[in-house]
Amino acid sequence: MTATATAAPAAEPGVVHKRSLRRKLVPYWLLLPGILWLVVFFALPLVYQASTSVQTGSLEEGFKVTWHFQTYWDALTEYWPHFVRSVLYAGTATVLCLLLGYPLAYLIAFKAGRWRNLLLVLVIAPFFTSFLIRTLAWKTILSDSGPVVDVLDTVGFLDITNLLGMTDGSRVLATPLAVVTGLTYNFLPFMILPLYTSLERMDSRLHEAAGDLYAKPSTTFRKVTLPLSMPGVVSGTLLTFIPASGDYINAELLGSTDTKMVGNVIQSQFLRVLDYPTAAALSFILMAVVLIVVTIYIRRAGTEDLV
Amino acid sequence: MDRNESEGLYDLSRAQVAAIQRTLTNGRGALTRRSVLRASGVGALSVGGLAALTGCGIPPAKREGGAQSSDDRSDQEKTLSFSNWTEYMDISEDEKSRPTLTEFTKRTGIKVKYTEDINDNVEFFGKIQPQLAAGQDTGRDLISVTDWLAGRMIRLGWAQKLDASLLPNAFANLSPQFRSPDWDPGRAYSYPWTGISTVIAYNSKATGGKKVDSVTQLLDDPSLKGRVGFLTEMRDTVGMTLLDIGKDPGDFTDADYDAAIGRLQKGVDKKQIRRFTGNDYTSDLDKGDLAACLAWAGDVIQLQAGNPDIKYAIPAAGYITSSDNLLVPAQARHQKNATRLIDYYYEPPVAARLAAYINYVCPVEGVLPELAKIDPALANNTLIIPDKAMAAKSNSFRSLTAKEEKAYEEKFAKLIGA
Repeated sequence: MTATATAAPAAEPGVVHKRSLRRKLVPYWLLLPGILWLVVFFALPLVYQASTSVQTGSLEEGFKVTWHFQTYWDALTEYWPHFVRSVLYAGTATVLCLLLGYPLAYLIAFKAGRWRNLLLVLVIAPFFTSFLIRTLAWKTILSDSGPVVDVLDTVGFLDITNLLGMTDGSRVLATPLAVVTGLTYNFLPFMILPLYTSLERMDSRLHEAAGDLYAKPSTTFRKVTLPLSMPGVVSGTLLTFIPASGDYINAELLGSTDTKMVGNVIQSQFLRVLDYPTAAALSFILMAVVLIVVTIYIRRAGTEDLV
Repeated sequence: MDRNESEGLYDLSRAQVAAIQRTLTNGRGALTRRSVLRASGVGALSVGGLAALTGCGIPPAKREGGAQSSDDRSDQEKTLSFSNWTEYMDISEDEKSRPTLTEFTKRTGIKVKYTEDINDNVEFFGKIQPQLAAGQDTGRDLISVTDWLAGRMIRLGWAQKLDASLLPNAFANLSPQFRSPDWDPGRAYSYPWTGISTVIAYNSKATGGKKVDSVTQLLDDPSLKGRVGFLTEMRDTVGMTLLDIGKDPGDFTDADYDAAIGRLQKGVDKKQIRRFTGNDYTSDLDKGDLAACLAWAGDVIQLQAGNPDIKYAIPAAGYITSSDNLLVPAQARHQKNATRLIDYYYEPPVAARLAAYINYVCPVEGVLPELAKIDPALANNTLIIPDKAMAAKSNSFRSLTAKEEKAYEEKFAKLIGA
């Protein structure tokens, strides 16, 4: 159909012109819904929050833009420990997710055979229940007198985490360890799925070739599999780290007063104290922190493709 | 992509489709490190530029006078939209109907759309605030919020004055204890749905049979270290602590407030306090992860039904009583219907059925004989119907000015870690 239209000599020049214009516009029409979505639900709120962050006032008298950039500095000096904690907890959770997720993704991609689909469903299945319920379930799992904590205590695991300052005495709940555990659990599928896709599309003949060239399995992994799966590793770590650093549910339910993350501060400033400028400023600082951490990471990871 | 589909739908040649796909996956448009960095750079720049354009700000939340004058459609529309907390309404055995509400509809012809969409005062305020601040209808004719939020809404002009002539039962039967809170003198705007007593609860198995009956013990007893809970409701936690240090939560100064916060901070610093909790303390206490904590009496009664180890104590220094209050938000269209529902729940037989189910303090006088008919044990429970000795120890937290509220909440937020 297209071919005939362009080839037809009888067509009037105006029609051809219209058609080619239309054709040029097609990509933009295709982009339109996405762009509208981003403008309405991302760009506008962002601008609104940026404006809020430099306002001063109160709920009763209203807030006015006074270009009060001091809010940023105050927020940073007051709540820097929360930022450090957020990066630390989210980072630890991301590393744990990678350590747990990589072998599993590898197994599903290469060794699972006909169990592959079932295993994938099992990875995603927890998502059918609410985030809140899943997190609350960990309160039962990690309960002070529960079997998990008993075992961890008996084998001396808690002695190590006590030394690291991750736990306090013989309990896990209301400690940093509980928060990191919750984060790891909740974001694990975000790590596994991209890892799986990048491993799954790898050509298995490359492994055979490596074997033919006398590479040991460990060398094959190091020189072939791992480098080829780097896009999956990078996108998995980003999909885990970025939302985890802004999470507040895990710290709220599994943590204590000294494990609150920056998400908790934003929530409390916004809803409890009704200090909208500080909440907005904290959000922007968090965005900046995440952007910096991610930039450094991507540069180090040295990969071009993210998917 | 299928050839026919691509040509038919978008009038594109296969080559063009391929070209678009290429740009999205590995051309200049591909999602790579550089493009992400570039995009965020551009994003940051445009945000900077646009922010310069916004001189908008957030308008004052306070609205003068406008609250009362919304046109009331109660006579034309026999409906009512009622938002309440979860587990705050009696429900039939088969969990399919709410008997007291059904009877209200039968008697008045007013259909009630009952929603349990309030879980947390601060969150609920965040939810309705944009509409109310803009002078719009929230779609709710009747809501139930705790004292301080009810006070704030009245202060902001976001609640409608109730028509006293439609409230004969409520006027006659409201318990003296709840008659004139300082934030709504004479109950012009609100009526309590339930009273909430904040007491000390403990799991006797977890404390080794030891009784816990004061905030001092919660904060200092070494045998409870790391297993003590306080509430994230500032007025309950600070109020109970004020009582413990001999101050009156109904009349205290900034210095008293700071002293109470300092006292609690010590408990946090020496790791005596495990957590500050919302409603989730109930499961912690039930399991024994919390040995003792501040608790809401209604929860304690419900927990006791399933776990005999749960005990409660009323501190000698007194306890805090607050209430959840029914009020009609500004611009709501069915004020009259809402008012009739409030009055209905102040009829002692109805109030008794409600109290028997939800187990919170009943704010209705004369409910005792009715409750005894349903369940004599509940009628004797001073947590539901306070006796004289119990009522004498009850204290309420005074209302705060907007400025105090912000300063106090900020200090409290710091105490609880965020």
